[in-house]
Amino acid sequence: MTEDVAVNEGRSEPEEGTRNSPAIKITDLSLGYRDNPEALIDISLAIPERSVTAIIGASGCGKSTLLRCLNRMNDLIDGVNYEGQILFGSENILSPRTNVTALRRQIGMVFQKPNPFPKSIFENVAYGLKLSGIKSRRIIEELVEQALRSAALWDEVKDRLDDSALKLSQGQQQRLVIARAIALEPKVLLLDEPASSLDPISTLRIEELIYELKHSLTIIIVTHNMQQAARVSDFTAFMNGGRLIEFGPTEDVFTFPKSRETEDYITGRYG
Amino acid sequence: MVADSEKIVLSGTQRQLTGSRRERLRSLAMIGLSASMVTSIILVASGLFLLLLTSSLSWLLGHVGTENATWSEKLYQLIFTGTELGYGVSAIFPAVLGTLALVILMTAFVAPLGVATALYLTEYARPTWYTKLIRISITNLAGVPAIIYGVFGLGFFVYGIGGQVDQLFFGDQLPNPTFGTPGLLWAALTMALLNLPVVIVAVTEGLDALPGDLREASVALGATHGETVFKAVLPAAMPSVFTGLILATARAAGEVAPLLLVGAVKFAPALPFSDRLPFIELEQKFMHVGFQLFDAVLFNRIGPGDVGWIASVALILVLLISILNLFAIAFRAVILGRQEPANPF
Ligand SMILES: Nc1ncnc2c1ncn2[C@@H]1O[C@H](COP(=O)(O)OP(=O)(O)O)[C@@H](O)[C@H]1O
Ligand SMILES: [Mg+2]
Repeated sequence: MTEDVAVNEGRSEPEEGTRNSPAIKITDLSLGYRDNPEALIDISLAIPERSVTAIIGASGCGKSTLLRCLNRMNDLIDGVNYEGQILFGSENILSPRTNVTALRRQIGMVFQKPNPFPKSIFENVAYGLKLSGIKSRRIIEELVEQALRSAALWDEVKDRLDDSALKLSQGQQQRLVIARAIALEPKVLLLDEPASSLDPISTLRIEELIYELKHSLTIIIVTHNMQQAARVSDFTAFMNGGRLIEFGPTEDVFTFPKSRETEDYITGRYG
Repeated sequence: MVADSEKIVLSGTQRQLTGSRRERLRSLAMIGLSASMVTSIILVASGLFLLLLTSSLSWLLGHVGTENATWSEKLYQLIFTGTELGYGVSAIFPAVLGTLALVILMTAFVAPLGVATALYLTEYARPTWYTKLIRISITNLAGVPAIIYGVFGLGFFVYGIGGQVDQLFFGDQLPNPTFGTPGLLWAALTMALLNLPVVIVAVTEGLDALPGDLREASVALGATHGETVFKAVLPAAMPSVFTGLILATARAAGEVAPLLLVGAVKFAPALPFSDRLPFIELEQKFMHVGFQLFDAVLFNRIGPGDVGWIASVALILVLLISILNLFAIAFRAVILGRQEPANPF
């Protein structure tokens, strides 16, 4: 992990990010729900690795749907059909042959509302590790500590690892959920409005955390908050009505949007 | 008219209540109603308990008829020797053990079966009209009179399965039945069947009440459906499993009607537990506190002077059920304590 950081620092600052090779390459992705056949329309997008990509857009434009394609969470919904290609390394995520459980260990996800299990803090973080087949208690303990440290939660919980996770504050719960996801050392972390149910201070801590984590991971974050997108992301994708309208380095998208729709949305002249 | 009275009552706080005034009033009324219901239930329950306690104590401490025994002698006789009192009641102690054996065996059957069925219905079966129909039917089964289960148990378990078992494995003992006669195993199975709908409904409701994002959280960490069900969903629903078992325990200890047919007796030849595997005498008849009470009242010529010792038996039954329930409640509290921020009590 430390190696990765060193490599990353030598190679890319946010403004140079375009040089990063893509972690995920989406080509002509379309998706329909049973009662909404055009939830995503022909989306093509290459998400640079070890950087933060923000997805912005009005409610219902398909941000969550797009995110949930990347770890095949949409498979849980009856009557979903999709076509297109999502390359992750050399693998097509959307292929029926994809091992989805292995995929989800590599592409972690954090949801809008903190959703820890009604188990202890330790068991929450250990959950995925145990499922991945690690048996040694000692190794699990080490990895749990490491994940909690990475999620900037260790100091707050190290003396009460056996307490119920539901005793934590909302902000702590959301960092716990992030720890739970990064314990599996995923390559990509999907965050679906991770701070929208948090107070400003907890939000700030999540943003700091995102800033730390992007040295070792590719992060894709859906957010409603323009300032947040501007603060945390290196790249921004703007969506509207199931289509990708604009994608580029965050600075460009916010200062010189190419599309009128993007400009209206960013300047708040939208809906 | 209702609106008018609301206005009068609320004129002082109207500003705050505009908009959802009616709803708030309604929920206030609901709270008031349920509070008064809870109060009356507590009153009735403690009234019953006090009645039992006073009659029991006055029998223990007083002098009824020609009796000269001290309270401790009476208590000893009631619990360990029974008949020496001449009341025609058998000793309480073997009946308490019999009740315990029945509850334990019944739980061993109903818990896995009930949980598996509830998990299947909520986590595996597709939510079609057929699944809904099955769910409704199960809820209705909870309302079938207990005696019907007794009749079924006698016909199906005792004579049906028991008869077959005897023919296959105990042929040398026939025509004396071994399993083809009422006994603890069949009684436990009958009670398990009787309680199955209760447990299924309790667990199903618990599963339905879990937040949907619990399942998403698990799946997103690379869990298969089965892993999600057994490592995330079921542990989270354990309190409702215990709720179901609490209800089942109370019924198994208190419901006499089906036991009349499938194995409870006034005098059992031996205690239901043994020191050999499986430690429970599966094929034996057994004694049961609820049955004893029933027998005492129905098959003895009792007069006003007998109320005292009958109340004592009743009190012991109530205490037994309470203790069993306390165990289950304590278990549930421990689990809840691990899950919830708030102390359940
Ligand atoms: N499970 C679903 N079934 C049917 N339609 C859905 C489902 N989830 C989302 N949609 C629809 O798809 C569109 C995109 O939704 P979503 O991706 O959640 O939007 P966003 O996250 O941008 O607010 C919306 O019109 C929404 O109503
Ligand atoms: Mg969304």
